Amino acid sequence: MTTRRHFLQGTAAAAMSTTLPQMAQAQASGETMRIGLLTVKTGPLASGGIDMERALVMYLNERNNTLAGVKVQLFVADTGGVPANAKSKVQELVELNKVHVLMGPLAAFEALAIDDYIKANKIPTLSVAAAEDMTQRKPNPWFVRATSSSAQSSHVMADHCAKNLKFKRMAMIADDIAYGHEMNAGFQRVFEENGGKIVQKLFPPLTAPDYGSFLAQLKTNVDGIFLGFAGSNGFRFVRQFNEYGLRNKMTIVGGMTALDESVLRNMGDEALGIQTVCWYSAELANPVNAKFAPAFRKAFGYDPGYYAAGTYVSGAVLENALQVIGGKYANRDALMAALRKTNIQTARGPVRFDNYGNVVGDVFIRQVERKEGRLVNSVVKTYPNVSQFWTYDEKQFLSSPVYTRDYPPAKNLES
Amino acid sequence: MQIWIIQTLNSLALGGLLFMLSSGFALIFGLMRIANLTHGSLFMLGTYVAATLVRDGYNLIVAGLVSMVTIAIVGGLIERFILRRLSGNSQGQVLATLGLSFVAADFCLMIWGGDPIPISTPAMFQTPLRFLDLTFPTYRLVVLVVAVIAAVLLYLLMERTRLGAMIRAGVDDMAMARAVGIPASGLFTTVFCLGAALAGLGGTLAGPIFNAYPGLDADMLPLALIVVILGGVGSLFGTFVASFIVGFIYTFGIALVPDLAYVILFLPMVVVIAFKPQGLFGRVTT
Repeated sequence: MTTRRHFLQGTAAAAMSTTLPQMAQAQASGETMRIGLLTVKTGPLASGGIDMERALVMYLNERNNTLAGVKVQLFVADTGGVPANAKSKVQELVELNKVHVLMGPLAAFEALAIDDYIKANKIPTLSVAAAEDMTQRKPNPWFVRATSSSAQSSHVMADHCAKNLKFKRMAMIADDIAYGHEMNAGFQRVFEENGGKIVQKLFPPLTAPDYGSFLAQLKTNVDGIFLGFAGSNGFRFVRQFNEYGLRNKMTIVGGMTALDESVLRNMGDEALGIQTVCWYSAELANPVNAKFAPAFRKAFGYDPGYYAAGTYVSGAVLENALQVIGGKYANRDALMAALRKTNIQTARGPVRFDNYGNVVGDVFIRQVERKEGRLVNSVVKTYPNVSQFWTYDEKQFLSSPVYTRDYPPAKNLES
Repeated sequence: MQIWIIQTLNSLALGGLLFMLSSGFALIFGLMRIANLTHGSLFMLGTYVAATLVRDGYNLIVAGLVSMVTIAIVGGLIERFILRRLSGNSQGQVLATLGLSFVAADFCLMIWGGDPIPISTPAMFQTPLRFLDLTFPTYRLVVLVVAVIAAVLLYLLMERTRLGAMIRAGVDDMAMARAVGIPASGLFTTVFCLGAALAGLGGTLAGPIFNAYPGLDADMLPLALIVVILGGVGSLFGTFVASFIVGFIYTFGIALVPDLAYVILFLPMVVVIAFKPQGLFGRVTT
C-alpha cells in the first residue's frame, strides 16, 4: 500500500509542477487571453482534428505563447465529431474556461450546432467548417472563415476543367452530405456555364465502405470525373477506381479534401498525376509556408494539409487582429471588427475577408507528384483572389437558393 | 448488359465478405444468445493487425493467420472475464459489449492514428480480370472463393465433428445439453474464440477493399446484425443465404435507387421480422 500511495503522491506532485507555473502566470497577471480550440480527437474525423491542435500549438509555441504582447493560454475540447457534443463543449469552453476566442469547429454540422450560441454569447470564432450559408444567406457576425466555403474552391476546378483541360462531358461523385452537395453543385454550375455537360451525379453514403457498385455504373464515355469526397473517402475511391480498370478510361480531378496531404502520405503510385483544387498546398513557396511546412513535417513526420494549415492561418489572422487593437482582447466588438478587416500574408498567401466573414484568397490547382520519395500536391496553376461568389454578382448569387443536392438542377444527366 | 454482370459479381463478392463478417456473430448469438456488439470492433481490429503486418512486409496469408489467432485470443478474454460474469443478463451483455466497442475504437485510434491504413492487394491479384469487354477486380473473386471455402469448412465442422454436435445441441436446448454432460463453459469459450477468429479473418480479407480506418467497426456492425436477423438466429445456412441476399439488395439498391440505399437495405429485414420473427431459416424457439 505504501508504495502505491508514494507513487500516487509522486505523480500528483509531478503533475502539479508542470501545470502550476502556467496557472500561476495566468492568475497573477490577469492578462492572459484564453483561446478555446473546438476540435475532434476521437472517432472517424480525428485525423484532421488532431492536425488542427498540432498546428495551433505549434503556432503558439513559435511565439512563446504570446500574441501581440498578450500572453495566451490554450484550452482544447474534443467534440468527437458529434454536433450535440460540440454544443456542450463550446459551453464548457465559454462558461467554465472563460475563453475569449474560439477556434474551430472542424465540421459544418458542428458549426451549425453552435451557430446560435456564438451569436448569443458574442464569441469571436475562427473556423475551418465550410458550410456555405454560414457566410452567405445566414451570416453570423461573430464568425470568420480563412479557409474556403464548400464551393469556393470547386468553382475554380470547374473553370480549370472547362477552359484548360477542355473537358466537355463529366461525371461527379461526392459524399451524400451537405458539404458534398454544395461542392458538387458549385462545380456543376461553373462547368455547365462554360459549355460543359454534367452527365452523371452520384452521391454514395458518407460511410459507404465499398464503392464497387458505384464504380460499376460509372459512365465511361466522359472526359473526367470530379471527386467531392472528404476525409479518407477520396483515397479509398481512387484505389478501387484503379482496381476496376477505369484508370485509362477517364481523368480524375478532385475537390479540396479529395486528396489532402493527410491521406496522400498513405497512398502509392495510383495517386500520381491526379489534379485537385485547394486554397493551400504544403508545396506553396511563400515565405510563411516555406518555414511552416518543413517545420511541421520535421515535428510530425508528414506534410500539413487542409486542417493543419487552416488552423495555422487562423492563428495568424487572430494575431494580426490583436496587434491592430493593441492587444485589448477583452473588447470583443473591436476584436471582431479587426478580424473582419484582416489583410495579411499567411501560409496560404494573402488573406482578407468579404462582408460576410469569408476569405478572399488564392486558390490553387495542384497535381500529385513524387518528390524526395514522398507524394506531394505540386502547384500547377494559381487563381488569385477568389471569392466565395466566384465571378458572380454578390446580390444575384445570394438571391438564388443555396447549393444543394438538386440545385442548380442538372439538365444534362443521361440515364 | 455489362453493368448487370459486374453488379452481380459485386453482389457475390460483397455477399462473401458479409458471410465472413456475420458467421462469427451468428455462431456466438446462436449458441450463447449474446448479441456481441464488439463484433464490428473485432473485425476492425483484425483489419488493423493485418494492415500492420502487411506494412511490415508479411504477405496477406501470414497476416490473416496472425490476425485470426490474435482476435481469437482477444475474443476469448472478453468472454472469460467480462461476458461470463454477466451470464443470463442480456441487457448487461449488450451494454458491456457496446461499451467495449467504444473503448476498442479509441484504442485503435490511439495505436494506429486517425488516418486510413491501406492494405495492398497481393501482387498476383492486382491486375483486374478481363473477359471479353468486362473488367473486374480479381481480388474480389478471391474473397468470394475464400468465403465459400470457409462456409464449407464451417458446415463440416458443425455437421461432422463432435464439437459441432455439441454446439448444435447447445443451440437447440442449452439446459438439456448441460444435463447430458456437455461442458458448457469450455464450449462457450471455444465458440467465442472461433467467432472472433472468423471476424479476424474477415477483417483481413476486407482489408484490401475497405482499408483499415477508424469507423470501420460502426460501418460493419449493422450489416452483421441485418444478415443474422434476416437469416435466422442459430442457422449458419441462414446466415450464408442472407449474406448473399443482403449483398444483392445492397449492390442493386445502390445502383437502381441510390437515394434509398439504406431504406432498401433495412426494409426487407423489417418485413421479415414482421412476418417471420425467427428469420428466414431460424427455428422457432420457446
